[in-house]
Amino acid sequence: MRYLVKKLFTLIMTLFVVSVAAFLAFQIIPGDVVDSILGTEATPEREEQLREELGLNDPPTVRYVNWMTDVLHGDLGKSYRYSKSMNEMMPVAELIGDKLPVTLWLSFLSILIIVVISIPLGVFWAKSRSHVLDAVMSVLTQFSMAVPSFFLGILVTYFFGMVLRWFIPGSYVSYEKDFAGFIGYLIFPAISVAIPKIAMTARFLRNSMLTEMSADYVLTARSKGCTERRVMYGHVLRNALMPVVTFLGMIIAEIVAGSIVVEQVFALPGVGRLLISSISTRDFPVVEILVLYITSVVIVVYVLVDLLYRLIDPRISHK
Amino acid sequence: MTGMKKERKPHIPRVLRDPYLLAGAFMTLTALLAVLVGLFWTPYSTTAMDAAERFHAPSWRHLFGTDNFGRDIFSRVMKGAGTTIFISSLVVLFSASLGIVTGAVTGYFGGVVDEIVMRFIDAVNGFPSILLALVMISILNSGRHNLILALGIVFTPSFARIVRSEFIRFRDADYISRARLMGVGKLRILFVHILPNVFSTFWVSVMIGFNNGILAESGMSFLGIGVKPPDASLGNMLSDAQGYLMKAPWYALFTGLSIVWIVLGFSLLSEGIRRNAGEVSDER
Repeated sequence: MRYLVKKLFTLIMTLFVVSVAAFLAFQIIPGDVVDSILGTEATPEREEQLREELGLNDPPTVRYVNWMTDVLHGDLGKSYRYSKSMNEMMPVAELIGDKLPVTLWLSFLSILIIVVISIPLGVFWAKSRSHVLDAVMSVLTQFSMAVPSFFLGILVTYFFGMVLRWFIPGSYVSYEKDFAGFIGYLIFPAISVAIPKIAMTARFLRNSMLTEMSADYVLTARSKGCTERRVMYGHVLRNALMPVVTFLGMIIAEIVAGSIVVEQVFALPGVGRLLISSISTRDFPVVEILVLYITSVVIVVYVLVDLLYRLIDPRISHK
Repeated sequence: MTGMKKERKPHIPRVLRDPYLLAGAFMTLTALLAVLVGLFWTPYSTTAMDAAERFHAPSWRHLFGTDNFGRDIFSRVMKGAGTTIFISSLVVLFSASLGIVTGAVTGYFGGVVDEIVMRFIDAVNGFPSILLALVMISILNSGRHNLILALGIVFTPSFARIVRSEFIRFRDADYISRARLMGVGKLRILFVHILPNVFSTFWVSVMIGFNNGILAESGMSFLGIGVKPPDASLGNMLSDAQGYLMKAPWYALFTGLSIVWIVLGFSLLSEGIRRNAGEVSDER
């Protein structure tokens, strides 16, 4: 319990630091945004009016508190670029709206694919002790780390979409309309995100299992007459999975980053595409909120992994 | 006289029979050769457009085929790979130097500064590096120089961390405390007495950093916020190629495979060097 409180406190502190960093990066460093909104032909009066409207004349601390209060109340600010109607700018919240689930589902599916494929593969690899498999897998690992995710996305599009015709590139369906179709389309980008990590995870599990197999408790289990199956799955795998969970937690940030890039390849309307287009147009309020969003998700996942780790392995909480 | 001399058998050192090292060296050398030649000469012009030559499949005349403007893809890959390798090298140079200075100072002196810098580095390391680079780019604006700066800053923490831990290992070594007693200056201790010992460990991360730099540069250019057309970079070529995947699959395939060739070659080479590093020093 005390641990939980402590963890929660660190979580809040980290989020606070991130929000200050985002605020400094996007509201203080870029300086006056009025020129970029109004263009060069605006009158000084109009500029002053807008500055007052946006609260740019307040000191930074006041601006931060105001901004944070707004964000916590669900008011995420307004885009500089997208307009909702003639004289109203698009609120960032509406802009992000239905885009977040796309990215989250993509990341989730990728992790699912990684787990479902790499764990059996790693177990099989550790058990086989075949030198041929070792050689093949180590070449595959090197190879899969050298293929950038966007090129992998293009290869998947070409192979599954144009040669095998398992899906039609660009035929994305919204999850609100047809959830099965949405997942069916999302599988392919998820494969592109997952492939480089599968080889790494399988290798990691295999090494971890080989270490566990030479531990004393394996000998004890065998000598008291456990079946080979029980030794492998009941004892070795359970212990070997611990570091793998940590490893998966560590690569989550990379998976989210991979999703951002792969969204671009598959034309998925997720936050990644919005982020890229907002960066090109220097639409700071949108970038700021998205960065805050993505980092928060990553941080929360880190904490969850940490908690999960304690749940699987009771030894840790006794230390 | 001949009797005194030992008959020398043609002996191939084990190092040269390592498949990783051989394949890696071959791939890296061919890539570097293509890039160096590309600086002065390419088979075809990389910018001249020719409507009659559009979308030619790979042939002996156009090794990688031609693109949507009738430009020879092989020539453009030579130029584009040059841009990518050049940027990645500068990024590594920048971040490695900054990392050495930060790591050396924090590792050797420790204290409050070290504590603060390390907490900062920990925080930065937790985030997806491409996201950080994107944030930097959005503040700095896109373009080649800002890309180098952004990636350079993003890559610095990982170098600093490695150098720091090495400096902590050496700062209490006997020869260092003796040097201190002899009145050797701090800067001299840091960079003349300790730094050379760090290089063997550091070299590995420089190689990994170079590959990450290539992947990051091509990724950013692919997203349209790195090197922009008409400058060729493997990333922005691949982004163009994606639009013609149906009509000219070779465009994307050969451009992408060039990235894989460079990265794979270099990682095989560094893995080979790492595996043989022990043996080489044993032989001597």
